[in-house]
Amino acid sequence: MSKLLIEGVSRVFPGVHGGAPTRALEPISLSVAANDFIAILGPSGCGKSTLLRIVAGLDRPTSGRVLLDGRAVQGPGADRGMVFQSYTLFPWLTVAQNIAFGLRERGVPETDRQAIVAQYVERVGLKGFERHWPRQLSGGMQQRTAIARALANNPEIMLLDEPFGALDTQTRSLMQELLLDIWERERKTVLFVTHDIEEAIFLASRVVVMSARPGRIKSDVPIDLPHPRHYTMKTTADFSALKARLTEEIRVEVLAAGAH
Amino acid sequence: MPRPLEPVGNASRIGLGIAFFVLFVAGWAIATLGGFVSATFLADPLTMLADGWTLLTRFGFAGDIAITVWRVVGGFVLAAAVAVPVGILMGAYKPVEAFLEPFVSFARYLPASAFVPLLILWAGIGETQKLLVIFIGSVFQIILMVAVAVGQTRRDLVEAAYTLGCGERSVVRRVLVPANAPEIAEILRLVLGWAWTYVIVAELIGSSSGIGHMIIDSQALLATGQMIFGIIVIGLIGLVSDFLFKAANRALFPWKLA
Ligand SMILES: Nc1ncnc2c1ncn2[C@@H]1O[C@H](COP(=O)(O)OP(=O)(O)O)[C@@H](O)[C@H]1O
Ligand SMILES: [Mg+2]
Repeated sequence: MSKLLIEGVSRVFPGVHGGAPTRALEPISLSVAANDFIAILGPSGCGKSTLLRIVAGLDRPTSGRVLLDGRAVQGPGADRGMVFQSYTLFPWLTVAQNIAFGLRERGVPETDRQAIVAQYVERVGLKGFERHWPRQLSGGMQQRTAIARALANNPEIMLLDEPFGALDTQTRSLMQELLLDIWERERKTVLFVTHDIEEAIFLASRVVVMSARPGRIKSDVPIDLPHPRHYTMKTTADFSALKARLTEEIRVEVLAAGAH
Repeated sequence: MPRPLEPVGNASRIGLGIAFFVLFVAGWAIATLGGFVSATFLADPLTMLADGWTLLTRFGFAGDIAITVWRVVGGFVLAAAVAVPVGILMGAYKPVEAFLEPFVSFARYLPASAFVPLLILWAGIGETQKLLVIFIGSVFQIILMVAVAVGQTRRDLVEAAYTLGCGERSVVRRVLVPANAPEIAEILRLVLGWAWTYVIVAELIGSSSGIGHMIIDSQALLATGQMIFGIIVIGLIGLVSDFLFKAANRALFPWKLA
């Protein structure tokens, strides 16, 4: 049975000041198996964030519905952990307190909380920074904390919206390895939005390509590269072939988006 | 010349700050002691100090200071206790805002000083009336500024909290309040400054104690030294309370400065 089911979800934003409404998403259907890592790839403005926000319950679809473990999503909840592109750590909480935020909300006892926080601090490589304030951290460290904060809550599914989009190339590739490493260990179901082709192939076991606005699913490409993956994989022939194929698909869409 | 926005060292900052006070007093001394301004209208700094000393030692001015401080703090604490929660509710819940905002915006332009005669009718010339003047002068300002601050909370932080399992009430308690606490403290500091103006006005009319009462008494005697001493005392207390507020904010909100 699929973990997450997106059934005919569309979204039309009403026009501002009597303007034409924006059709951000054409009806989209997608089924995500448990423990799968799905990348949603598409040119910017194609509705990737809109789709993810609907799954998170932060936005409502104009039509269709989202089912998680067979239950319809009504609003946001702790069962869907989200990592945003913008830095969303709570600036008044330390790294450790940020990671513990969801646990506290659920009333997890102090000692258990500390153990879980320590575990995720370790896993995202932030040992020694537990008592730092978010503004004392680099962008990469903030996003690692945000990932730990979402994971510590033990959600059914992780939703990541271009979490490394604002990072420099080197940091970004280290973060990809870190995320992959965590996924290979925990096998959480992941929906990962990106416009970076290499990132999508390297991380995912399935890449869903979206068309230019209004967003539709254009193709669904399985990535049969073996795990554990190492960054050297990015130079293999299989990787390059996938990259060539996806580059071509995206190129058409970017051109289409430009024509609007 | 320093370049724009270039920071200044701590020692020079303090030195420059003191320098202006020195210049100011020097200008005042030259104008008065040099005979350019008549002593009837403006006392010189030395007379002011001597008058101040007399006030403190012979006329129990310390008691006046204490009662004025008490009135400001009392009225202000009452206003803050009402206004901060109301402001938070208004900022957080749009129907509450739609309900209260027009009235509060109107009420905040009502001059507190103009209420003094009316309040004397209603509440007499006792302490209640003084506290009410300060309360009316502060409460609407605080409500509105707190509501604006809370209403401008970063949406992405609120959304992050929802995806971490927060409900509506807990978003208010765990995000809206802590996110805006430093700004609310800053608003209180600002409004406390204004509250000083209201208390003096309240004491100028129908009062038998307080700094404002001393100033109006001194006017009858043309004792400009005493009046200026009173005004300077208010300034000094303001400076001290500002300093305390800032120190408290630094201690309470280390994340703002880190
Ligand atoms: N709140 C909104 N109101 C109106 N239009 C919106 C809103 N959010 C997104 N859009 C529009 O919907 C389209 C898709 O946006 P988005 O999902 O953010 O794209 P992506 O994440 O793929 O870059 C864009 O054209 C954007 O302008
Ligand atoms: Mg986006």
